[in-house]
Amino acid sequence: MSNLMPLILEHLMIVLIAASISVVIGVVLGILSYWMNYLDKAILWTAEIIQTIPNLALLAILMILFGLGNVTIIAALVLYALLPIVRNTYIGLKSVPIYLKDAARGMGMSKLQRLMKVELPLSFPLIFSGIKIAVVNSLSIAVMGVLIGAGGLGYPIYRGIQTNSMERILIGAIPVVLMALLLDYLMTKVEKRLVHKGSVN
Amino acid sequence: MIKFENVSKSYGESKVLKGLSFQIKQGDFVVLIGPSGCGKTTTLKTINRLIQPDSGKILIDGKDSAQLNPVELRRSIGYVIQQIGLFPNMTVEENIAVVPKLLNYPKEKWQPIVKELLTLVGMPYEENAHKYPSELSGGQQQRIGVLRALAASPPIVLMDEPFGALDPITRESLQEEVRRIQKKLKKTIVFVTHDMDEALKMADVIVFMSGGKILQMASPEEMLQHPADPLISEFMGKHRSALSVNAAMSAAEFMKTRVLKAARSMQTLQSIELMRNRDVNSMIVLNDDDTYAGTVSLDTIKSHGKAGRAIGEFMETTVPTVNLKEDARDTFEKLYTSPAGYVVVLNDDMTVAGLITKTSMAKAMGDALWGEMIS
Ligand SMILES: Nc1ncnc2c1ncn2[C@@H]1O[C@H](COP(=O)(O)OP(=O)(O)OP(=O)(O)O)[C@@H](O)[C@H]1O
Ligand SMILES: [Mg+2]
Repeated sequence: MSNLMPLILEHLMIVLIAASISVVIGVVLGILSYWMNYLDKAILWTAEIIQTIPNLALLAILMILFGLGNVTIIAALVLYALLPIVRNTYIGLKSVPIYLKDAARGMGMSKLQRLMKVELPLSFPLIFSGIKIAVVNSLSIAVMGVLIGAGGLGYPIYRGIQTNSMERILIGAIPVVLMALLLDYLMTKVEKRLVHKGSVN
Repeated sequence: MIKFENVSKSYGESKVLKGLSFQIKQGDFVVLIGPSGCGKTTTLKTINRLIQPDSGKILIDGKDSAQLNPVELRRSIGYVIQQIGLFPNMTVEENIAVVPKLLNYPKEKWQPIVKELLTLVGMPYEENAHKYPSELSGGQQQRIGVLRALAASPPIVLMDEPFGALDPITRESLQEEVRRIQKKLKKTIVFVTHDMDEALKMADVIVFMSGGKILQMASPEEMLQHPADPLISEFMGKHRSALSVNAAMSAAEFMKTRVLKAARSMQTLQSIELMRNRDVNSMIVLNDDDTYAGTVSLDTIKSHGKAGRAIGEFMETTVPTVNLKEDARDTFEKLYTSPAGYVVVLNDDMTVAGLITKTSMAKAMGDALWGEMIS
């Protein structure tokens, strides 16, 4: 048990670092697709294609680029997390009611001011739920990291499979499930408060 | 001053604005009115450049608005949108302070403005400033929408049906409030409404639109008296007739024509019978040539009359008479000073056209005010 804690922390670290990066990239891409006509299709389409690449294949490709270790699994997690975040950002911004966008324009806000003061705050609940999906998915995908020499809870699970030990598999798997449940619970709570405050009606 | 020069706008095939040309004087309260979809909102939005016209020019204080920076232009024009459009993620205070903050007012400057404005509409700062729009009633939201447009004291304010969702009492008090503010601060207001009542009450000038064109631009009085198009008369409906009670109606419109008349030679006995049958207590007496001679009442005949006398002997001439074309006002006065409680209406040739009682007058006024009533 004592040697499990560092693995849990490392697993969490990998997921959180990946999540932070994908939030930044994903939200920016979401904003760009919202702002630029025609670009939106290309960006959303690309994110969707990435999502459909099998885990192993993506890891293999990234391993060639980044070598063995945590960086590769983080890159993979970032790519997988993009779709829900980009898509939700884009849909969130698009679905801010036209009359509120008109009001913001009519008050004399510049494009950037409209985004920061009105459109992003109003889309935040939806963006946040995209982030939640990404984080929870990443927790389990990160287990694959063991195949390319990354740390985290993939290791005990992998060892468990190799030695045919149900106990070892569970020692690795249960914390992943618990973390997923816990993060889901916490983020859902935050989400509810956001929805309450920013509700359009 | 705002000047439209041949402004047109189309969406695909449909022409929404068809060459609008008109001028709004500085300090005027101008109301745009017309049927739904006639282009009122579109017209308004071309002023603050939320919509770019396809052709034509809009001059603001002599400057072509297309040459002005749209963002700066909008900060100098207050705007109340049709759907209220308070920002749900901002408190009441933040909503009101939006434009002042965009203009980089320091907090020491914008916060007193917010307080003053909230007091103006009877929503104390302490109670309301930190609420979110979703916590306000529809009427309160509309007030905040109006305040938001006024906060940076723009010289021009555009208001798109700002009181649409209000109950009549709140609506009326806000109408007065806005009118007062406009007079006091000498703002130019362009105000859109569906409601002719509102237009007549608020406007210095009414612009009546239909199908992307201006049918008439005139003062409320002028539009009431001389509507340029049947559609405008229809929109005015009750108001027009209400005005015509004062100005245009004549005695002929108040009288009833089924009245009891008899030659002055009629026997008293016969006249009593006639009056009893018709359930009236007086009748009109005519000369032989059918011209008006006077009136005779049941009471007089009963107290003085002997059988077999002619009614002409008991005839009175104290009941006022009016000509058919006498105007409503004079007729009214005669009616109220008439000892008998009615006046006789005469044709030009002095024959009797009818008579006006207080009941017939009241009914005719009612018809004029509220449309034809069940008789
Ligand atoms: N973005 C748009 N695309 C296409 N047609 C539009 C658009 N905006 C407005 N229209 C059309 O232009 C016409 C005028 O619209 P506008 O909103 O100016 O009318 P309005 O007089 O304000 O009506 P209401 O009293 O219902 O608010 C309508 O027929 C409307 O359907
Ligand atoms: Mg409209």
